[in-house]
Amino acid sequence: MTAARLQGVAVRYARLGPLDLSVAPGEIVSLVGPSGCGKSTLLRLLAGLEAPDAGTVERAAGPGETAVVFQAPTLMPWANALDNAALPLRLSGLARPQAHAQAGEALAAVGLAGAEGRKPAQLSGGMAMRVSLARALVTRPRLLLLDEPFAALDEITRRTLAEDIHRLWAELKPAIVFVTHNVEEAVYMASRVVVLGAGAVQAQMTVDAPLPRPPGFRADAAFRHRVEQVSSALAQGVAA
Amino acid sequence: MRRLLDLLAPFALIALLLAVWEIAVLALHVPPYLLPAPSAIVLALVADAPLLTVSAWHTLSMALWALVIASLLATGVALLIGLSTLLEKAVQPLAVALQVTPIVAIAPLVNIWAGLDHPERAVIGLAAVVAFFPIFSGALTGLKSADPDLERLFNLYGASRLQRLVRLRLPSAAPFILEGHKVAAGLAVIGAVVAEFVSGSGGSQGLAWRLLEAANRLQTARMFAALLILGVMGVLAHAAFQALETWTLKRWRGR
Repeated sequence: MTAARLQGVAVRYARLGPLDLSVAPGEIVSLVGPSGCGKSTLLRLLAGLEAPDAGTVERAAGPGETAVVFQAPTLMPWANALDNAALPLRLSGLARPQAHAQAGEALAAVGLAGAEGRKPAQLSGGMAMRVSLARALVTRPRLLLLDEPFAALDEITRRTLAEDIHRLWAELKPAIVFVTHNVEEAVYMASRVVVLGAGAVQAQMTVDAPLPRPPGFRADAAFRHRVEQVSSALAQGVAA
Repeated sequence: MRRLLDLLAPFALIALLLAVWEIAVLALHVPPYLLPAPSAIVLALVADAPLLTVSAWHTLSMALWALVIASLLATGVALLIGLSTLLEKAVQPLAVALQVTPIVAIAPLVNIWAGLDHPERAVIGLAAVVAFFPIFSGALTGLKSADPDLERLFNLYGASRLQRLVRLRLPSAAPFILEGHKVAAGLAVIGAVVAEFVSGSGGSQGLAWRLLEAANRLQTARMFAALLILGVMGVLAHAAFQALETWTLKRWRGR
């Protein structure tokens, strides 16, 4: 059983692959690598937004089974938070009242109860990202793809959002693929870290700590150790 | 104090220029048919106010009709094209060909089609042709301006063409369509006047007719008065649409 599996996948223009990667149901995997290593391309392959030049992509492909959160919140500026979060349901043909009810629940789950009527311009960067997350979760996906969702956020917001993602994961248990170039974030978020470099998998490491993370985990010696290991694997990948 | 100065500066410059003009015309004994003094223009404006107001309203209403027709046609065609790239490729060369053809050149043809008894139809038609393009190209550009990541999201959720058009591309195009209308409003007034010139007298009673009439009689002050009204009309049309644009965009973005 897998939530997604890439076999011998290659994308020529991105100088990616051939590589294999599989994600188990409910697993959180971090993809970490330098800019231009093809990690965003890999994510688009998993989302089915791009087709590989070679190899096969298996994934949860039913309607709403795969969801993506992009680097920017990517909200419709003319629509309020509720309509933005309800979009996937509306596109699947669900009637407005039902879609709104579910979107309202999703917004409440990401801590945005009361902000339903606000438009993106009236939200802070962190809140907009939460709307984006609510939109991704509203279909209860089996595979959630996060493409550097914290890139534009300040440190405090990143940390609370990371904890929130773990909390939401614990409820719905989707498989999550989390793309980042930040090593600490990669280790904090995932039970497995995949280091990408030069279009191939350079190293894979597991992070043996419970999810959601216990308080003070970032100061833990085991955490620091893993971060150092991933950093050096990354450095070798860049040198290679 | 500073803001007051900023506000007064353009008026002070205009007043200065008018004063220089007035004095120069008096001192150099410029004949009034060549260049009337500002005071003479004001007198003409006051004396001919009823006539000029009727003519101005006539031209403005032609321009507004043209704008309404152009708006419906341009937005409609752009939306149709937005559904199919093949259609866009087919229409694009035709649209460009029509756009680069000078309105003055097609005026006689449109006159014939409109019928010599209906010069106002010709005027509206010609002004609509001029007003069509800013709206059309604004809408076309706008329909393609949607956030590429949002487009991907619509792909991911298997949106139909119609859903994509109505839920993503049309709302994304709204600011561009408004901008197109703002430009078109000014052009419709220009188009109406040019069309009035070319469509000849007939039943036409717009500002262009007043200009021609005054020119033939060497009533230069009245010409200036008509031009002044024309200028004010263009500025007002632009300002009205600017206000509409600002108001709508504020609601669109929610701030």
